[in-house]
Amino acid sequence: MASVVPLKEKKLLDVKLGELPSWILMRDFTPSGIAGAFQRGYYRYYNKYVTVKKGGIAGLSMVLTAYVVFSYCLSYKELKHERLRKYH
Amino acid sequence: MNENLFTSFITPTMVGIPVVVFIIAFPNILFPNPNRLINNRWTTIQLWMVNLILKQMMMMHNIKGRTWSLMLISLIMFIGSTNLLGLLPHSFTPTTQLSMNLGMAIPLWAGAVVMGFRHKTKASLAHFLPQGTPIPLIPMLIIIETISLFIQPMALAVRLTANITAGHLLIHLIGGATLVLMSISTPTAMITFIILIFLTILEFAVALIQAYVFTLLVSLYLHDNT
Repeated sequence: MASVVPLKEKKLLDVKLGELPSWILMRDFTPSGIAGAFQRGYYRYYNKYVTVKKGGIAGLSMVLTAYVVFSYCLSYKELKHERLRKYH
Repeated sequence: MNENLFTSFITPTMVGIPVVVFIIAFPNILFPNPNRLINNRWTTIQLWMVNLILKQMMMMHNIKGRTWSLMLISLIMFIGSTNLLGLLPHSFTPTTQLSMNLGMAIPLWAGAVVMGFRHKTKASLAHFLPQGTPIPLIPMLIIIETISLFIQPMALAVRLTANITAGHLLIHLIGGATLVLMSISTPTAMITFIILIFLTILEFAVALIQAYVFTLLVSLYLHDNT
């Protein structure tokens, strides 16, 4: 079951299912590690959708849609009462 | 309906974490840094708009007033983007909270006034008495001018809060009315829907205009005091 490549350097898609808990525990959960993760995620999205030669509206609207979904999740508790029923 | 109407204005917390901090910091992501000579389209559009606003707004100030350019441009970008993001469905608008608008208005106004008192003391005090007033009116006029000076930050904050809150409330109410009317009589619902469309266009304009007015007034107080 031991893998040839050490566990720490594998990307997520190469990790086998049995090794997943130890892979997660090995990630860097320090504040600078988390900040690095956010930075990498931001630049990955930014370089793919915004910093292109003929960027369209897709880059911005995906962010805004995610924001709307996020706000919907936040206010779900108050919105639960507004489902379609005959009597409120 | 009673409880529902104002629940969109409570500051969002999620299991005790004040998410409102992230919501206030969110517009920051939408303004990327221009680090190249030729940037991507989004950054180019923003730079063009900032140039336009900067030239328009800073034209009337002298050198000393222009040191405030960064502050005023960030102010108008922040208020404009926050108001526009508030028009998305289900989103929370931080500028509807009086606390935040007071926090923006009072330091800026106080900074301009104190700067005026320090550098041009005589001219700042002379603002309290307009030229050519008849002598018997002077005491009352000084009181009135002092009151009008101290009301400036309150008016700035309350103007922004009230405009944005009122707009959001109207959209909620008319939208709710359209939904209810749809099952009762469809033509009335169509009319209400057209009202809703006009209202939304107005709200887009109001969002931008309020940002502009806020910044313009701060820059006006600055102009008086530099």
